[in-house]
This record gives sequence, structure tokens and C-alpha cells, in this order.
Amino acid sequence: MSTVAIIALASAFVTHATAHTPTASMEPALLTTLALALGDGAIAAADGHAVDAAHAVHSTSGYADVGPLHFVKAVANTDFAWLKWMLLAPLVSVILCGAMAMFKVKGRLPALFTVATFGLSTAMAIALYFQFGPTLFATHAPLTVPFMDWLSLTWGPGPFQSFTANLGFYIDGISMLWMLFVTVLATLIALYASEYMESDLKAGYARFFFAVSLFVTSMLILVMSDNLVGLYLGWEGVGLCSYMLIGYYATQPGATAAAKKAFIMNRIGDLGLALAIFLIWTNYGTVQYDSLFQAIAGSTSEAVQGGWSKAAIPFLLLLAVCGKSAQGPLFTWLPDAMWGPTPVSALIHAATMVTAGIYLLARMAPFYTVQAIGPEWAETALLTVGWIGCFTAFIGATIACGQFDYKRVFAYSTISSLGYMVMGLGVGTAFGGVYYVFTHAWFKALLFLTAGAVMHGMAGQVDFRKLGGLLRVPGFRLTMICMLLGCLWLATAPFSAAAESKDIILLTALTSHVQQVQWMGWIGVLTAGITAYYAFRVWFRLALGPVKIEPGADQHADHGHDDHAGHADHAHGGADAHAGHGAAHGGGAFHPHAPGFRISLVLTLLAIGSVLAGLPSYLAHSQGFNWIQRFVQNSSAWMRAGNSEEHGQILGRDAHSTLFIIATTVVVAGFLLAWILHAKNRALGDRLRASMLNTTGLKWIPLGSEHGWYVDQFYNAIIGVPAWLGAQLLAFTDRFVIDGVIVAAIGRFPGFVARVFQPLYTGTVQSYALTMAGGIGLIVAWVVWVWLSGGAS
Amino acid sequence: MITLASMGSVAPLTPAMPANIQVTLALAIILFAIGLVGFLTRRNMILMFLSTELMFQAAALAFVAFGRMWMDLSGQLMVIFILTVAAAEAALALGLVVLLYRRKETLSSEAWAELKE
Repeated sequence: MSTVAIIALASAFVTHATAHTPTASMEPALLTTLALALGDGAIAAADGHAVDAAHAVHSTSGYADVGPLHFVKAVANTDFAWLKWMLLAPLVSVILCGAMAMFKVKGRLPALFTVATFGLSTAMAIALYFQFGPTLFATHAPLTVPFMDWLSLTWGPGPFQSFTANLGFYIDGISMLWMLFVTVLATLIALYASEYMESDLKAGYARFFFAVSLFVTSMLILVMSDNLVGLYLGWEGVGLCSYMLIGYYATQPGATAAAKKAFIMNRIGDLGLALAIFLIWTNYGTVQYDSLFQAIAGSTSEAVQGGWSKAAIPFLLLLAVCGKSAQGPLFTWLPDAMWGPTPVSALIHAATMVTAGIYLLARMAPFYTVQAIGPEWAETALLTVGWIGCFTAFIGATIACGQFDYKRVFAYSTISSLGYMVMGLGVGTAFGGVYYVFTHAWFKALLFLTAGAVMHGMAGQVDFRKLGGLLRVPGFRLTMICMLLGCLWLATAPFSAAAESKDIILLTALTSHVQQVQWMGWIGVLTAGITAYYAFRVWFRLALGPVKIEPGADQHADHGHDDHAGHADHAHGGADAHAGHGAAHGGGAFHPHAPGFRISLVLTLLAIGSVLAGLPSYLAHSQGFNWIQRFVQNSSAWMRAGNSEEHGQILGRDAHSTLFIIATTVVVAGFLLAWILHAKNRALGDRLRASMLNTTGLKWIPLGSEHGWYVDQFYNAIIGVPAWLGAQLLAFTDRFVIDGVIVAAIGRFPGFVARVFQPLYTGTVQSYALTMAGGIGLIVAWVVWVWLSGGAS
Repeated sequence: MITLASMGSVAPLTPAMPANIQVTLALAIILFAIGLVGFLTRRNMILMFLSTELMFQAAALAFVAFGRMWMDLSGQLMVIFILTVAAAEAALALGLVVLLYRRKETLSSEAWAELKE
């Protein structure tokens, strides 16, 4: 498929979409699946909201009031005791890989253990879906499975006199969904990593897979636990593993700094989660989901007691989400997480790390209702969630526009996408948020793994200005086509799975009767346009134009020649690759290291997965339900999915078609802008940037965007510098006040005393004896004196 | 407390006369004073050691005297301990004196005045 064909395809696609009269003739094989959805992809998605329409009508005190809450009580069932193996399988891999890392055993075994155990977990997740799914969807009752006693304390008979947090599983819709995509994606990413990390076979191969296995184990603990303490255990576990993996190249100072940054930023969020759990226990006397939700459902808005200690819970939870899901003030760790090996980035961005925050928000959705914290606080809490998500989406997108490192662009795109998800939960559609998590997981894993394949093949080159025309480099065609798909999905091209899910969020926001929420929706629409621009800015620069390869020079540099000998499936760069980089490389023979079988396989599977992620929405109309929505409906997040008014209007017109036209126009505008500046006329794009940099009033735009709006520098100024000054002050105090005055005074006093009494020490034994005898004499004299004066009588 | 009466088989003794204990204690004091004066005035380490032995025995005598006064065997018991300790200590002290003598070829305690440092 040539470059021109791709462009033609994309333009045709866009043109059809704009007209909103797409027909089955729009053709390309890639899009046949999409064609299934013709007509009303986004519209079907909102079906099943009938329940909420009722709520919306009777809601009087703002959109946080979703009417009476009802959670079906969980049913314990020990038939599912085998679920523990889902956790234990990766744990076995943790132990084996850990032992191999400890004893420095070399070889490919760690990858085998990891992929095999992840595969087992995947199989069990799927088995669980088929065994328990129908029951859940019929009875709406979550499943609890006891596993192991952990914390179980009782100090009295009363309601607040026991504390139970055992290792047990709580399976409802969202935990099942998370288990499914976490295990599937983790398996694929581990398979990819088994090839990607091969250059480290002699070094950290076992250590890498040890951390990856622990990462997935922690994530599974997080989503499967039946109480908040278990969730916290997993929460800390993924934080630790992200630290280990981001700092994997520990000899590079940047990597260790990035690892520390990620860990510390996450700790700030973890503090929020810990405090929230404490407050939940003091208010409800339990940390187990089931009894917690029953307690909340049992209370009414008028009877909310507890004041600030209840009202603080949703805000502390939001702080935790901000840390883990890189939101709002705490997002700066995620771009730096690029220091880890690329499969780790894919793992963090798609499956095991950042989605934990969204899970927490969805799981704890009952705390954002009037029943839990009263009407005013509930509304404030929800609006805060919405605004944080909205601003993060917007800020992340604007920063992504200014980056030249394609991995960083994708990192900021994750921040932006997570912003959408948080916004979705904030504006009241848990379904939209969770669906976007699901679709995003696929295409973001795909994007990172394609980026990793490029970086891997180009000796670590991450600057897309130094690469180009990769679509024509043999061996990279599949990668670039997969990246195109990922970029289309990231840009929420109409009818893509991502658009199906994102539109639900925007639709809910724009049709809200709360003015602020509508603003969030409009900012979200604008962000979609920016997203289309930066996504294709990367792809056009990388894939199109003249072939240009300037290899990087980092840890993969050794890939040049020797490693290739053993790989039969490695296609080397052909003639045009040489032609392209000849000048830059001084004639040296750099061979782009084309992806091998395992990487290609994983990319293909992920591309298929990304396309199929839209199926629940495409099939919603014919099936009568949306597959993802059914998961959310049967979870604690569901009442948050309320409030999307089925027959709402946008700008006085029918909501669905209006949103479709607006969103499509914005996305196409962003796409065309990227096409003009980065494909058709790159000189124009470069000139535009240069002239902006030369104009005093506009300089801040490209500079600010490139430097992440100087957030890092700002944090350094308000936290780093004062902390450094404080440290200097303390060091000064230590050196001169404590050491100089206090310690010296205490230390010199005995010396002074000694000098006073030293003359008594003559060295003559008799003088000492005389002193003693004199002392005894004095005592005897005193006794006699007391006796004589009648004291002793 | 071990008393003769409590032992049963031995007929209880009459308590000592006050004059007796005064005489015994006076003897102990005199012994102690001789020892002390000897310790203070002599420089010869062996003689100093002998003086300390005298003081030791003065204390032992006082124990015996008080034990008699209270009709209590503990006093005599203590004397056995004192004798044991004194014997052990004599072995040690004389050994030390021999070592010190070998170093400086003198028995004078003043030769070791630098130990004050």
C-alpha cells in the first residue's frame, strides 16, 4: 500500500464522515467492520439509559442526585475458588524470575514463564466471564470469593469494633472487564517484550520480567480485591513496579530521576487514598465493598451525618486518582516514565497502571452521591472531578502538540485521554469513561508498541524530525500501518472505537442541564481537534516524505550488526534506507532493525483488538444492549451513569446528529491542519514555527508547549527551590548551631571539670588512700556529731 | 536468717555480754587502724598488701562479734566468704607484685606514679 493510497484512504474516509451520509461503499478492508456501525454508532451507545431518564426528570438538586440507590447484595460462592490461581499464576512467575535474577541465570526462560502465566490468567479471566457473566447479568449480584484470611480484628461486639480486610475477591462488571483487558494486554505486551528486550539477555532480562510479573499481579490484586485495603495493596504494588521498571536502565541518571519522580508523585496520591480509607472506616465501620455500598444505599440525603469527614472522602479519592492516573496537578510523572523500556510504557499506559485510577473512581462512584455526602458536596465533588479531567485533557493535548519525541507525544496523549475518562466520570457517565478506558487500552498499547518498534529499529532514535518516510522502509510497513490505525483511533476518527466511546462522554456533557458541564463538553470537543492534529503530526512526519534515518545512539546501538546474525526473520533495511541516511551517517552502514515475528504478531493482534473494541457499540443496536455497558450496569459505578438525558439537545438541535457533525468537523480540521503542515508542505510548518518563535507575543505558544507549559519548572520553583533553601538552612544550623554551640558545650564541660580536679591525681597510691580515709573520717565525725547532739536518740 | 535456735539440735547460747562485744569491736578498730596507718605510711607494695589484709581481718572480726551479739550464724558465714576472697585476692595481688617488680626492679609503689596519666 503506497503512501498516496493511505492519504487517499484517509481523506475519503474523512470526507464521507463529514457528510454524515456514509455508505457501505466507503470500502477499505480496514474499515469494513466500521461499516457495520453505519448510521448511529454513537447513538446506539447511549441506549439503555432509559433508567436514567427517569432520574433526570425527578432530579431537583443538581446532577449529583441520581435518585434512590440500590446495590444488589453480593453472593458468596466458593465454586469460584479457582480464581485464586489467576493471582497465583503470575506470582509463580514473579518468584521464578526473581530467583533467576537473584542467581544471575541467563536465558530466555523468564519471558517464557511470564507469557505462559499471563496466558493462564487470561484463560481464567475468559473462563470467569463465561461461567459467571450470565449469572451476573441476570441477577445483578456481584460475586464474592473468600481466598485467605489477612486482617481480621475484633475488640468488641459493637458496629465499630471490628475490622475485616481479608484477601478475597469481589467480582462485578467493572472488575471483570478490567481483569479481561488487563490480562489480555499484559500477555500481548509480555510477548512483545520477549523480543524487544533481547538486547538485554545478558543483563536485566530476568529482572525485567520479574517486575512485569509483579506489576500484573499487583494490578490483579487491585481490581479483584473485595475491600479497600486489598485495593491499596495492589495500588502500592503497581506504584513500586512502575518505579522499578521506569528506572530499569539504572545506569542512566535520567532513568533513575524519572523513576523517583514517578514514585514520589504517586506517593502524594497514595496519601489521599490512605486518608480516604481511614475516613471511610471511621464513618462506615467497614472497608469491604459490599457492606460499604449497602451502608451508603441505606442512607438518605437528609440524614447525611459526619460533616467534613464524609465530605472529604471523594476529594481524597480524587487526589489518589490524580496521582495514579496522571491527572491535574500530578500529571508530570507520566511523560518522564518514557525512560523505561517501551513495553513498560505500553503496560503503564494501557493496562496496569494509569487505568487503576479510573477503576478507583468507578468503583467508588457511590461516594459522589447525595446519599453519601449530601447534595452540595456531592455536586462540588463531581464538578471537581469533571474540571480536573477536562483541564488535564486540554493541557495534555496542547503539550503533545509541541513535543518532538514521538514517545512523549503518545505519553501526553495518554494524559489527555485519561482526562477524558475522568471527565466522563465527573459529568456523570461511568459508562462513557469505562468504555473509553477499554478502547483506549487497545489503541494506546498499539501506539506505544509501534513507537517501540520504530525506536528499537532505529537504534533508539526518538526524535521524529530525524526520521521520515518509514512507510517505504522495508520491514516497517506493517508497523507504520498499525501506527496509522492507532493515530486514527487516538484522533477519534468518526466510527472508530475510540470515537464511539468518547462521543458518549461528550454527549453526556453537552446535553447536561448544568452550565459548567456543558462548558466541559465544549472544551472536550476542542481537545478532540487538537488531538487529531498532534496524532497525525507524528504519523505524517514519521511515515511520509522522503526516507530519512538518523539512528540514535543509546542502549540499542549494539543492535547494528552482531545481534542480527541469529535472527532469520529480521529484514534489513533495503536500498532506499541506505540512500536516505547516507549523508547523515557518513556512509556508515546502518541497518534499520526491522521488527521480528513476535513484534509483528503482537502489533497485528492489537490492531485487530483496537478495531474490534468498537464492536460493542456497533452491535448495540441489533443486540439491544451494549456489551461494555452491561459490565458497567452491573457494577457499583452504574448509578453514576445516570443523568444523560436521552432526548437532550445541543444548540437547539438533536443531540446525536449535532454532536456527530461538530466532532467530525473538528477532528477533520485538526487532521487537515496536520496534513498541510507536516505532510504536504513541511517547509510551511517549519516556517510557521520559526516565525512564531521570532514574534514576541506568540513565542510563548511553541516554547510553552514544548516545555510542558513549564509545569516542572514551576514545581521546582515552588517546591524544589524552597526545599533546597530549607535544606541549606538546616545544614547551616546543624554545622554551626548544633555542632558549634550545643555539642561543643556539652563536650567541653567534662573536660573543664576534669581540669579543675586533676591536681588531686598525684599517682601516689597512699594519697588516694588518705583521701578515702579522710572521707570515712568525715562521715564518722558527722555520725558522732549527730549522735552527740541527740539526733539519733 | 539462719539462727542456732532454728537449727534445733544445738542448745541456744545466752547472748553475749555488752562488755564482750565492746572489747571485740575495740580490737577490730585497733586492727583496722594499724592496717590503715601501715597502708598510708609504707611504700613497699608487699607491706601495703599486708596492711590491707589487716584491715580485712578487722572487718571479719567485727562480723564475728556482731554475729555473736545477735546469735546469728550469718556473721560467721560472712567470715568464710571474706577468707575465701582474701585468699584468692592474695594470690592475685602477690602475682601482680611479682610482675610489677620484674618491670621496674623495685617494690616501691612510687615507681608506678605515671599510671595517673
